[in-house]
Amino acid sequence: MITKRIIPCLDVRNGRVVKGTKFQGLNDVDDPVNLAKFYSECGADELVFYDITASAEARDIFVDVVREVANNVYIPFTVGGGINKLDDFNTVLRAGADKVSVNSSAVKNPQLIHDAALKFGSQCVVLSIDAKYNEERESYDVYVNGGRVNTQIDAIEWARKGVELGAGEIVANSIDTDGVKEGFNIDLLNRLCDAVNVPIIASGGAGNMQHFLELFQQTNADAGLAASIFHFGEVQISDLKQYLLDNKINMRV
Amino acid sequence: MIGIIDYNAGNIASVQKAVEKLGYDAVLVDSPEQINACDSYILPGVGAFNQAMQNLAPLKDALVTNVKSGKYLLGICLGLQLLFDKSYEDGEYEGLHLIEGEVVRFPEDAGLKVPHMGWNKLVLDRDDELARGIDGHVYFVHSYYVKPADSSCIVMHAEYGVDVPAVVRNDNVVGMQFHPEKSSNVGMKLLLNYLEMCL
Repeated sequence: MITKRIIPCLDVRNGRVVKGTKFQGLNDVDDPVNLAKFYSECGADELVFYDITASAEARDIFVDVVREVANNVYIPFTVGGGINKLDDFNTVLRAGADKVSVNSSAVKNPQLIHDAALKFGSQCVVLSIDAKYNEERESYDVYVNGGRVNTQIDAIEWARKGVELGAGEIVANSIDTDGVKEGFNIDLLNRLCDAVNVPIIASGGAGNMQHFLELFQQTNADAGLAASIFHFGEVQISDLKQYLLDNKINMRV
Repeated sequence: MIGIIDYNAGNIASVQKAVEKLGYDAVLVDSPEQINACDSYILPGVGAFNQAMQNLAPLKDALVTNVKSGKYLLGICLGLQLLFDKSYEDGEYEGLHLIEGEVVRFPEDAGLKVPHMGWNKLVLDRDDELARGIDGHVYFVHSYYVKPADSSCIVMHAEYGVDVPAVVRNDNVVGMQFHPEKSSNVGMKLLLNYLEMCL
């Protein structure tokens, strides 16, 4: 049977990884290729790279990073950030990315999901959704522009529509739990898993190994994504996967 | 020389890098003349069946002729599916007829997510040099899978509601449904087994 996936996420600014710090035996911790290799050797199932720069020059540097990662790391990786048009998909896929994630740009132009799925295949179109709980409506709203703007769109409906348009995977970022380190947003993930039939990647809230166990025991999510707990060495991926396996979660170890 | 068929089928650079990493030379080939000049082949593939067959059309005859003469061919992911007689992806389309059988979609009613995306364990069906030293998980991403007419061509499978043929082999025609170039050490070992077989 298919395994659950553990995915470290790397934010890249001007060709360097932001917030990479404590790694023994790793000299250049800010180097995306070094870090990607390290994670791959620790058993990461996939990697996600977000380009958090905006300028055109930095964009070119990022594409070089994608190319270097593809040439050196033999696990799948997703690229996101600054993907606004079909041409952007083409650029990073040609550089060697396996999947491309879209967020705000897809909300502004849902047709982008459809066009990309048609041209490159659904398997490489990842819809990333930033969702925040709306107490009045008792549902989740979609936020854009790095979680700053509430679109008033219902997150579950948006996921459904995204899959209809051709998204092959969904990353669910919970704004409510992000950075709090008290666990993933189980409620949001269960609602999403009930609504769509594509793989769901849970993001936002992981603070320890038990949070991943809860995620896989209490939801049907396929993968857990985290950044800082891996980067700061609070949780080692190899330990995490062994712990999950010991607790009867199907893992590749 | 190993020729990687270049027919605008997605991420072929990764396949080439993986082959080079294993110490073999691989060239991208996109004409019948170049295909004739190679000793063995890798047919990568990402995307939809019909589009891939259309892109492959100018190279198809040269590839099939060379493979029928005994040269080795490895189809990866969609490249594996193209080896079969026909696919029901978005219609009904003819493949390369190198292995008898069809390509069908995962059943929707099995309660399984489609695409089958992620790491799945390989289960051995029969002894073959391709499978030597292989024990572990590989990375799949596909919504359709192959149903060979003769199941004896299945070397390894993975379980996902149905038994998904993962490594198939019909003499010199080989297919892998997962991405060996993205499957870490296990995938690299499978690629190496194929490359050594080609020599």
